[in-house]
This record gives sequence, structure tokens and C-alpha cells, in this order.
Amino acid sequence: MRVTVKLFARLKDLAGTGELIRDVPAPATVQTVWTSLTAEMPSLVEYERTMSVAVNAEYARMAAAVHDGDEVAFLPPVSGG
Amino acid sequence: MALAVVTRDPLDLQALTREIAEGAAGDGAVAAFTGLVRDHNQGRKVRFLEYEAYEPLALRVLGRIIEEASETWPGVRVGMHHRVGRLEIGEASIMIVAASAHRAHAFAACRYAIERVKQIVPIWKHEHFEGGEVWLEGATADPDDEKAKLTAYRIACA
Repeated sequence: MRVTVKLFARLKDLAGTGELIRDVPAPATVQTVWTSLTAEMPSLVEYERTMSVAVNAEYARMAAAVHDGDEVAFLPPVSGG
Repeated sequence: MALAVVTRDPLDLQALTREIAEGAAGDGAVAAFTGLVRDHNQGRKVRFLEYEAYEPLALRVLGRIIEEASETWPGVRVGMHHRVGRLEIGEASIMIVAASAHRAHAFAACRYAIERVKQIVPIWKHEHFEGGEVWLEGATADPDDEKAKLTAYRIACA
């Protein structure tokens, strides 16, 4: 199955892109997508403990199920306002 | 105009205040907060900021904060506009307006809203300073974290 991955702020800079498409085996969770991503881009791993994640623009947990066509976002600590 | 907005355009406090105060016959108070881009941060001389948002989620979370405020202080109405893109020193990055029957709740809701923005809204500052640039990182966003919510409430009511 295929998911769209969105990256923001410094995670985007580290990856060199804010959006990429990943193929992951079903059944998958956010963790599956993250593991696949960091295998290819180890520099992202430093965010594992501090980032938040979202599925289809709703906050989610690493254990949340991911389905074909979903958008999975990885968000560094926020600094709005 | 919507109560929760993320925009690249300059913010307009009068328009937001009008929106909130409309039909506010029972209200005796409107409190407003405006956040500006500062020319210094942690010893660095700031040149300008670039704000980035995960827009669909940021809009939802702003809406959620507005709901939290109206649940906490019944009858309070809150509007929140956040700007993104490049902002120069002195420009407004966020405007929050809260209306209530009495001033205490209007002030508290306004303060609560900005504290929650800093905790959970997926927006980031890219600081361009003299000599470099850095992504600012504050809180790990977790809207279900009741401790964070309580902290915002305590600050609001201090």
C-alpha cells in the first residue's frame, strides 16, 4: 500500500523534502512508516522522542493504523504564536 | 470571516474584533492579544521570521482551542488568526480576541488560548538572525495531555 508522508520544519530540512510517497506492507501503523523512513534517512531518528504524528491531518499515536492513500505527518516540537 | 484562520495575509484586529463582538448584546468585555515578531531572541539579533504551518491540522487545533475555552468559561467567544510565511520585525504573527459578559473571563480565555497555541498548534518559526538561521522548537504537541491543559488554565487564571 502507498502513503503520502509529510514532514515539517527541521524534519523537512533534514529529509530535503516536505512530501514523499512511501510503499509499506499492510497492515501498517505510523510506526511502520517511520521505521521505513528512518531506515533510509537515519538523521531523522533524533526526533523519535520529541515529535508528534498525525494521520490525515488529525493527531495520532505511533500505534495508529495506516491505510492505503493515507497522509502521515511527522511534526517536530511546535513553536507557533 | 471564520473564527479560526491561518493566512499569509497581514492580520486585521479590527475585523476580528468586529466578528467577535457582533451580536454581543450580553457582553461587557472584549480582550485582545497580539503577538509581534521581536528583533531579538536568546541573545540573537533577529532579521525576520518565516512561519510554517501544517495548515489543515492547525485549523482544526485552533478550532479545538476555541471549543476548550468556551467549555471552560461558558458564554465566552474566542477568535484566533495566525499568520504564516515571511514576517518582518514588528509585524503581527497572531491575534486572539475573546468576548465575555465580564472582563475576568475575557482576559482568562485570551491568555489560555495563546498558551494552548504554544503547546499544540502545528506551526513553526524559522528564525533568520544575524549570522545564521534556526528552526525554533518548543513543545511536543499532544492535545490529550491533561497536564499541559491544566498548566495553560493555571497561567490563564493566575
